[in-house]
Amino acid sequence: MPHIQLGTIDYAILIIYFAFVLGIGWVLRRLVRNSEDFFIAGRSMPAWIAGLAFISANLGAQEVIGMAASGAKYGIMTSHFYWVGAMPAMVFVGLFMMPFYYGSRARSVPEYLKLRFDEKTRGLNAMTFAVMTIFSSGISMYALAKLLELVLGWSFHASIIVTGIIVLIYIFLGGLKSAIYNEVLQFFLIVLGFLPLVLLGLKDIGGWQGLTSKLAVVATNAGFEPGAWSHSWKYTDAATHNPMGIEWFGLIMGLGFAMSFGYWCTDFLVVQRAMAAGSMTAARRTPLIAAWPKMFMPLLVILPGMLAIGLHATRGGFLPIGSDGHPNYNLAIPMLLAHYLPTGLLGLGLTALMASFMSGMAGNVTAFNTVWTYDIYQTYVRPGQTDRHYLRVGHAATVFGILASIVAAYAATRFNNINDILQLVFSFVNGPLFATFLLGMFWKRSTGHGAFAGLLTGTITAALHYGLTMPQGATPGIHGGFLGATLHAYPSEMALNFWTALFAWTGCFITTIVVSLLTKRTKTDDELRGLVYSLTPRVEEESMPWYKRPVALGVAVLVVSAILNLIFW
Amino acid sequence: MNLDVRWPIGGMFSIIGAILVVYGLLSDPAIYTRSLGINVNLWWGLALLLFGLAMLAFAYRATRRPPPV
Repeated sequence: MPHIQLGTIDYAILIIYFAFVLGIGWVLRRLVRNSEDFFIAGRSMPAWIAGLAFISANLGAQEVIGMAASGAKYGIMTSHFYWVGAMPAMVFVGLFMMPFYYGSRARSVPEYLKLRFDEKTRGLNAMTFAVMTIFSSGISMYALAKLLELVLGWSFHASIIVTGIIVLIYIFLGGLKSAIYNEVLQFFLIVLGFLPLVLLGLKDIGGWQGLTSKLAVVATNAGFEPGAWSHSWKYTDAATHNPMGIEWFGLIMGLGFAMSFGYWCTDFLVVQRAMAAGSMTAARRTPLIAAWPKMFMPLLVILPGMLAIGLHATRGGFLPIGSDGHPNYNLAIPMLLAHYLPTGLLGLGLTALMASFMSGMAGNVTAFNTVWTYDIYQTYVRPGQTDRHYLRVGHAATVFGILASIVAAYAATRFNNINDILQLVFSFVNGPLFATFLLGMFWKRSTGHGAFAGLLTGTITAALHYGLTMPQGATPGIHGGFLGATLHAYPSEMALNFWTALFAWTGCFITTIVVSLLTKRTKTDDELRGLVYSLTPRVEEESMPWYKRPVALGVAVLVVSAILNLIFW
Repeated sequence: MNLDVRWPIGGMFSIIGAILVVYGLLSDPAIYTRSLGINVNLWWGLALLLFGLAMLAFAYRATRRPPPV
């Protein structure tokens, strides 16, 4: 595969971008006076800034490349990750969970668990989160450097070192505020960098009409009904009728409920952005404002994948063939960039790709340094030090986080399935989390022992389910069935993942209830004030006009996403 | 001192937009065959420039009046 040639102007755009992100860190360095400034941006962000950062931190390179790849592989059904998955979960976290996250004055998600349950539950969550965050950041670094090597011929080492150092500098200087400001800048860059690509691709393929006719070829070649790539619900009556291999129930419960709520409602990477908001109302509005750009993100990240596979099937050879004999779906966006954008806009498109990578990485690193400093160092290593001391530890944790990500990126080059293994372990650990938070926030009788036992059982349930079932046609091992005996075969890997999440959630939910009822409450009603629904006064927002209130925003988000589901039914 | 995030956003997109517009005017039209014959550098550069200037204008306007509570 020949490399894409860049001109001077392309490099100039990339360098201007680097100069601005570093400049933001440099200007903000004077605003970091204490550890709260560094770790939670002094709780001062307006809702729209926190909201765009919320979405941008999630819009890492893996999201951009991965969603485009899924768009090519599964078609418009990929939009379920947005319109069925993200939307209800984002509304839920804004309306129902933010009052407790923000109102408790916890500085991190694990710290909320400490206030609500006990030390061991916090410890378990903090440790697993810290480790997973570093590995995600490293894997994403690896994916980007590999891609740049393949497409541009850039040195793998140089890509890793340069991007790592830039992210390090701007977080080190300005802390979370610098990360958030840069995420807002990166958000606009990602949108404005990829949009021309989508518009040109759509024009070339003949609009939505042209695209569906080309996707019909893709679908019939794969042995499905012609509309299987361009309808999101129509073929979900049975798992075998659609490329994703999942029926509506597994889709709604597994993806829409267990998986999405687990991510959007409990992952500190995103929740941290809302915690940095300047007031309770701003914190509640953060995910609700973020939901709007998120809703239209499929246009930017899924559509390119659909365009690429449509062009591939009808004009031939658009996507390079990978070693497994299938087209290399991960190259959908880079191939479109190379195909449509002349030098100039090509530089902008690549800069957008870099920006998405950096926003994801900065999200991981800022979440890591906070959890490390507050939940691990301050709790177990050296409690009771001065604030200056913890600020220094935060700086050191930032450097360590970046270095450890680089090590993880190199580990990924040495063991080629480390990626898959880690993703799998993450899903086991993340799967049950939402059950713990749901019971913690809405059932005052749930206890620390219950939560801890529930988390462990949920993880074990997930591992057992994954070990005893597998996708059809797979060999037992990393892709399922590693315990030997196979009790059930799912039509696809995606279906297996959704169901694993649902099993993890159920295991945790039941165990937490049973163990809570068997153990004594350790926290009094008074200690749980502000942490549990029934013991917290409702938030008063009477002074705001109705259309600005979180409830109105939340309802609007749900209505519009329902309409989008109907349009692409 | 605080920083209004619209300044750097406006600044960056204005500069990149201006560069693309100038490049679009000077570049060889042959390079636009791949973008379906459209001088995308010129037109998209113009769009970025307008977006950048609008951001700068909003940031400037905010300095002229007290921030909303």
